[in-house]
Amino acid sequence: MRIGLAALSPARRTTLMRSDAVQRLLAFAALIAIILIFSLLSPNFLQFDNVVGILIATAVNGILALGVTFVIISGSIDLSIGTVMTLSSVMTAVFITEWHAPVPVGILAGVSTGALAGIVNGTLVAKLKIPSFIATLGMLNVAKGLALVVSGLKPIYFNDTPDFNRAAMGSVIGGVIPGLDIPNVVLVLFGCALVASLILTTTVLGRFTFALGSNEEAARLSGVNVVGWKIAVFTLAGIFSGIAGVLIGARLNSAQPSLGQGYELDAIAAAVIGGTSLSGGEGSILGTVIGAFIISTLTNGLRILSVPQEWQTVVTGGIVILAVYLDIVRRRQQQ
Amino acid sequence: MATAPFVTGEDRVPDASGGLLVEMEAISKDFPGVHALRECRFDLRAGEVHALVGENGAGKSTLMKVLAGVYRQDAGRIRVKGAEVDIPTPRAAQLLGISIIHQELSLMPNLTAAQNIFIGREPRRALPFLLDERGLNDQVRKLFERLHIVIDPQTKVANLAVAQQQMVEIAKALSHRAEVVIMDEPTAALTDTEVDELFRIIRQLRDDGVGVVHISHRLEELKRISDRVTVMRDGQYIATVDTKAAAIAEIIRMMVGRTIYEEAPEIPEVADPNVVLDVRDLARGRAVRGVSFTVRRGEILGFAGLVGAGRTEVARAVFGADRPDSAQIRVHGRPTRINGPGDAVRQGIGYLSEDRKRYGLALGMDVETNIVLATLRKFLRAFGRVDARRTRATAEQLVQRLAIKTPSLRQKVRNLSGGTQQKVVVAKWLTANTDILIFDEPTRGIDVGAKSEIYHLLNELAKQGKAIVMISSELPEILRMSHRIVVMCEGRITGELSGREATQEQIMTYATMRAPVATVD
Ligand SMILES: Nc1ncnc2c1ncn2[C@@H]1O[C@H](COP(=O)(O)OP(=O)(O)OP(=O)(O)O)[C@@H](O)[C@H]1O
Ligand SMILES: [Mg+2]
Repeated sequence: MRIGLAALSPARRTTLMRSDAVQRLLAFAALIAIILIFSLLSPNFLQFDNVVGILIATAVNGILALGVTFVIISGSIDLSIGTVMTLSSVMTAVFITEWHAPVPVGILAGVSTGALAGIVNGTLVAKLKIPSFIATLGMLNVAKGLALVVSGLKPIYFNDTPDFNRAAMGSVIGGVIPGLDIPNVVLVLFGCALVASLILTTTVLGRFTFALGSNEEAARLSGVNVVGWKIAVFTLAGIFSGIAGVLIGARLNSAQPSLGQGYELDAIAAAVIGGTSLSGGEGSILGTVIGAFIISTLTNGLRILSVPQEWQTVVTGGIVILAVYLDIVRRRQQQ
Repeated sequence: MATAPFVTGEDRVPDASGGLLVEMEAISKDFPGVHALRECRFDLRAGEVHALVGENGAGKSTLMKVLAGVYRQDAGRIRVKGAEVDIPTPRAAQLLGISIIHQELSLMPNLTAAQNIFIGREPRRALPFLLDERGLNDQVRKLFERLHIVIDPQTKVANLAVAQQQMVEIAKALSHRAEVVIMDEPTAALTDTEVDELFRIIRQLRDDGVGVVHISHRLEELKRISDRVTVMRDGQYIATVDTKAAAIAEIIRMMVGRTIYEEAPEIPEVADPNVVLDVRDLARGRAVRGVSFTVRRGEILGFAGLVGAGRTEVARAVFGADRPDSAQIRVHGRPTRINGPGDAVRQGIGYLSEDRKRYGLALGMDVETNIVLATLRKFLRAFGRVDARRTRATAEQLVQRLAIKTPSLRQKVRNLSGGTQQKVVVAKWLTANTDILIFDEPTRGIDVGAKSEIYHLLNELAKQGKAIVMISSELPEILRMSHRIVVMCEGRITGELSGREATQEQIMTYATMRAPVATVD
C-alpha cells in the first residue's frame, strides 16, 4: 500500500531539485556576459591591472555580503554591517597605532568588535523581539557614531606598521608564480567564502539558518533554541564585518571613520543578485560571491567607459531590481 | 544523541503510577478574552489510544499544547509516570518522551523532508558541529520504509502535497523515542487509504506500549481506533468513557450539550436546466489533462478522487489562481477569459481554498475584516471611506448565522480554533454575491455540529439558485450532498455518476482508474 501517492512524478521532481542551481548558473552567465560586453567595448578592461582592481574592489564588499547572506537566509536583515565594519577598522587602528599592540592583536580587536556588535544585534532581535530592520538600523547609527568618537573624527594612519598594509596588498601568489601578483586580500575573500559555504551547507549553524528563515515557529515547536541560533547568525555576520573592517584598514593603510555607510546596501544587493531570497529560507554563498563580482565588475566597467559616477549608481540600482524580478519569475514558473 | 527511529518498547522502566503515563489535573489556561481551559483533566495509559473529542474551540488543542510545552498552564498539575513535572518548552516535552503532531502543519518548507524530521537532532559526524547528511537521509529512508511512506527524503517539503506533508509530520513525531504521541487531527488531510495506513501505525505504537492521544472530528474513527474517549466542551472536562461501552450518539450529545438530528440525506431534484458554468478542455501541465464539466443553477456538483488527483488544480485554474495551458470557460453561456482571481470574482465565482491558512484568510486581521475583505467595495461611502456600521452589522449577522465561536468581532483570526477559522472563510464568500461557489474540502477539521450546519448551508445556497462545486475526499459527504458526482484520477475525469445512484465502491473504482502506462504523454 502506498501513501502520499503519485502527486509528484519522478520527472517533475528532478527539475524542481535542480532549480536552485539554475539560478546560480543564470547569475554566472550574467557575469560572463557583462565581462564579454565590457571587453568588447574597451580594450583596457581585460588588462591584468584592471582585473586585479576588480578583484580588490570585490574583496571588502564580498566579505560583508557573506555575512549578510546568513542573516537574510535566516529571515532577518542586517543594515549595520557597513558601519560596524568602519568601527572595527577604527578599533584595529587604535590598538595598533595608539596602544602599540602587535598587529595580530589589533586584528583580533577589530574582528571581536564586529562579533560584539553582532551579539548585540542578535540579542535585540531574538531576545527583545525588535524587528531586525529597526534594531540594525539603530546599530548602524550607534556604530557610525562610535567610530567617529573613538577616532576623534580623523582618519588614523598605520604609518608605523608598514607590514600591516603589505600583508593585505602584497602577493603570496606573486612570490610563487612570478608575474601573477594577485594581492592577498583576494585570497582572504576566497578563504572566507569557502569557510562560509562550508558553514552554510555542512554545519548545524547552517541548517538552523535555513530553518529559521523557512518557518521560525515550526523550528521553535520542534524544540530548536531559536533565540540562541538567531544570535549566532547575527554574530557570524558581525565577525565577517570585523574581517572586512580589518581588510579595508589594511588596504587603505588607514582607518577612515566617515566611510562605511552605504556598503550594507551593496552587500545586500550582492546577496540578492546571487539568488538569496529576502523572504528567507533560500540562498547560497556561491551565488553571493557571483553577485558581489557582478556589482564590482559593472562599476569598474562603467568607470572605464567614463560613465559618470551618478550613472553608475543608477545602473547598479536597476540591476538589483532586475535580478529580484527574474528571481520572482523563476519562482512563479516553478510552482 | 542516539535516536531510535521507531519506538521499540524495550527498556521501559516499570513505575509507580499504575500504568498511567500522563496525568493532567485541574489545568486552566486563559487567553485574552477567552477561558480556553477551565480546571480540565486528562489521563493517558501506556498502550492505549485515547481519543479527545469536542466541538471547535472546545480546547482540545490547547490542552495538548500545554502537555507538549507550547503553552504553560495558568494553574494545574502535570504528572508523567507518577512524577510531577514542569514542561516549559517543546524541548522539555521531547525530553520527557512526549511528541506532538500539530493541527496546523508545522514544517519548514525550504528544508527537505529528512531535514525537517530530524531538525534539532541531526546526526553528526566526528566533529559535533558537522552534519552527517548521508546518515540523516539513510535514517529517514529506513523510517519511511517502516511506515510505508513513499516519499524521497531529499524532496523539499514545499514540493510535497498536503497529504504528503502530513505523512512527514507523522514520521517526525514517530522518529522521537516517544512514549506519548499526540496527534491533533492527523486524518483531516488524508484520504481513506492513507487513514488506514495511519491506523495501522497507531495500532503498532499501541502494541509497543506507547500512549497515543488522537484528536479527530471524524467520529466514525473512534470505534475503529480508540480504547477510551474523553469529551471536552467549552474548555471543560465532561467525561471519559470506554469506547466499546459508549454509543456515538451519546458522545455527540456530551460534546454539544444537546441532541443533533442527523438529517437524512435530502437531495432536491434539480429542475433548472440552465448551465451556469461550462468548462471545456481545461488543461494545466501534468496535473490537469483535458477536464470538461458543467454545473447548473441550484446544483451541487461533487468532485471525488484521491488526494493528488488534480481536483484542487482544476478549481484553482477555473478561479484564475493558476493560469491554465488551455481552457474554454463559459459563465451563463457567455465565453469568458479568466486571467486572475479578480476576473473570477467579477464573473461571480468564489473559491474556498483547502488551505485556508495560506490562501483563505488574513491571519493577523480580525474576524470582521476577514469577513468583509473580499467585498470591501460594497461597503464604501464617499471618498473611499469604509462604512464601519454596515461592515459590523454584516459580520455580526454572519457570525450568528454560522455560529462562529469568537469572543468578539475584533479577535484576530489567528487565535481562533481551526474549525472556527474555516467558518470565517465561508462567511467571507457569503458576503460576495457569487453565483458559483467552489468549496475545496469545506468541512475539513470541522466538528459534527458545524459540519451539519455547513451541509445545511450548502443545501440552502443551492436552493437559492447558486451553482456549487464541492471537492471532498470524504466519500460519505460527497454521496450525501451531491446531485451529480464527477470522479478524477491523475488529472482526468474518469467517471460521472448521479448522486442518487452512486455508491462508494463505484467512486473508488473510478478514482483508481489509471490510464494505461503506454499512452501517457
Ligand atoms: N493563541 C491564542 N490566543 C488567543 N486565543 C486562543 C489561542 N489559542 C486558542 N485560543 C482560543 O482558545 C479556545 C480553545 O481553542 P482550541 O484551539 O484549543 O480548540 P480546539 O478544541 O482544538 O478546536 P478545533 O477542533 O477547532 O481545533 C478557542 O476559543 C480559541 O479561540
Ligand atoms: Mg484544535
